[in-house]
Amino acid sequence: MAEPKISFRNVSKRFGAGDDAFTAIQNLTLDIEDGEIVTVVGPSGCGKSTAMNMVAGLISQSSGEVLVDGKPVSGPGPDRGVIFQQYALFPWMTVRENVEFGLKLQKLDKAERRERALHYLGLVGLADFADFYPKTLSGGMKQRCAIARAYAVNPTVLLMDEPFGALDALTRVKLQNQLLDTWSKDKRTVMFITHDVDEAVYIAHRVIVLAANPGRLQEIIDVDLPFPRDDEIRLSPEFAAIRNRVWRAVYHHDAQAA
Amino acid sequence: MSVIDDIDIERPKTRRWSPGNLGWGVLSFAGGIGLWWLATLAGLSELPSPAAVLRRAVELALDGQLWGDMYASLRRVLIGFALGSVLAVPVGFLMGWYRIARAVIDPWIQFFRVIPPLAIIPLAIVTMGIDETPKIFVIFLAAFLSAVVSTYQGVVSVDRTYINAARVLGANDGTIFARVVIPASTPFILVGFRIGLGSAWATVVAAELIAAQSGLGFRMQQAQLYYDLPTIFVSLVAIGVLGLIMDRIVVRIEERLTHWQERV
Ligand SMILES: Nc1ncnc2c1ncn2[C@@H]1O[C@H](COP(=O)(O)OP(=O)(O)OP(=O)(O)O)[C@@H](O)[C@H]1O
Ligand SMILES: [Mg+2]
Repeated sequence: MAEPKISFRNVSKRFGAGDDAFTAIQNLTLDIEDGEIVTVVGPSGCGKSTAMNMVAGLISQSSGEVLVDGKPVSGPGPDRGVIFQQYALFPWMTVRENVEFGLKLQKLDKAERRERALHYLGLVGLADFADFYPKTLSGGMKQRCAIARAYAVNPTVLLMDEPFGALDALTRVKLQNQLLDTWSKDKRTVMFITHDVDEAVYIAHRVIVLAANPGRLQEIIDVDLPFPRDDEIRLSPEFAAIRNRVWRAVYHHDAQAA
Repeated sequence: MSVIDDIDIERPKTRRWSPGNLGWGVLSFAGGIGLWWLATLAGLSELPSPAAVLRRAVELALDGQLWGDMYASLRRVLIGFALGSVLAVPVGFLMGWYRIARAVIDPWIQFFRVIPPLAIIPLAIVTMGIDETPKIFVIFLAAFLSAVVSTYQGVVSVDRTYINAARVLGANDGTIFARVVIPASTPFILVGFRIGLGSAWATVVAAELIAAQSGLGFRMQQAQLYYDLPTIFVSLVAIGVLGLIMDRIVVRIEERLTHWQERV
């Protein structure tokens, strides 16, 4: 078997010290294969963002190991693209400047930057808005711009923290399909956090269910549905069955705990 | 309801200084001056009439004294303000970026902030002499203190998400500072400049009342000795007009530099 793209090896994360210490994640062990899409679900506060931020290199674990390509994560880097829940577009840059930001850091020349930026903006349907400032975009457009910005630097891992959380159902479905479409052309590893069980099943190879207090692995559910996925699959009984399993793993367990 | 009405509702809100608002402003001033004029005409007050003030303004303008006073006051404000702001921005950034710098500098700033700049004048005159230096120094201090606090506030309130977003795209500390921290704190800095310019202007007039041989404040103080009310009025109006013009210029610059901001 090939080396996993991302591995958590017995990872724990505590915030604070002494009596105030809080265990956000306890003994998490998990492998994510190269080119795999996993979604992460679980009750609020179970450590989903914490786990992702450790892969991103934005926070470090208290114990255990977080590996990407077999190497310990030591900080953020453009090989791991992050799409934040709050869009995090730079409001003082135009849409194109936002997308070009990472390319500039890679020292690409101007013509190449421009071409790459417009290519990815085209991919998310924003080519006509390249010279607009983020304040003039809708929530869905901002999110698509953030996706283009992350894709443009060509990361091998995409980390997405509830990226579609603030969007209406229609835009959500569109962006899910767009994500799968892009993935099918260029198979990156995707770790995708969501609260939406439908979304979790629809886009994933595997759904990782976390439990809270302390944050830990609850269950891993394989999604044995073929790609490419479409509405037919979304409405199929097989989909419904997996969806129900995930639902039970997240909420039923939660109800028992409460 | 007509279609035109509907379109009107869709139109973006008029800016603060659009011709419509400007028209009302002028009208309001004209009304106020009219009332003042009526009051003096009816002998209700000892104030000079608008006509007398205008006549004095023309006299002072023609013999050059008004321009000389304006120049003297403006020069002090601009030099003091420029020095204060130029120093405030790097110091504010240092305080916002490095915890140690904040811990070392902040107590001094908090301390000097509670001393009115004018209270420094006696000390400044004794130690720096009676020429321009003490006046410019207190204005510098006033402008510096306003601008440094807001620059520092701007830096510490930069949204962490922006910094993280830049880091995951591969930015190092230098790039984050230049391309994220500086633009993100620009709106705060400009607010600080605006407040700083206001307090610089307030300080210069007061400083001239106490110790100066020229300037609008000095002129008022002289006029007071001779019970020359029209000259006092001319100086007051000049102070108001210059202050307003400077404020508008800063607002314009602010709009230029922060047009990307979402405004409510
Ligand atoms: N910097 C921090 N300092 C202290 N506690 C923190 C910090 N970051 C997260 N936590 C705590 O760790 C726990 C997990 O947080 P995390 O943000 O990972 O949850 P989450 O699963 O992403 O939740 P949500 O679904 O609401 O986004 C929470 O209880 C939170 O209060
Ligand atoms: Mg979260």
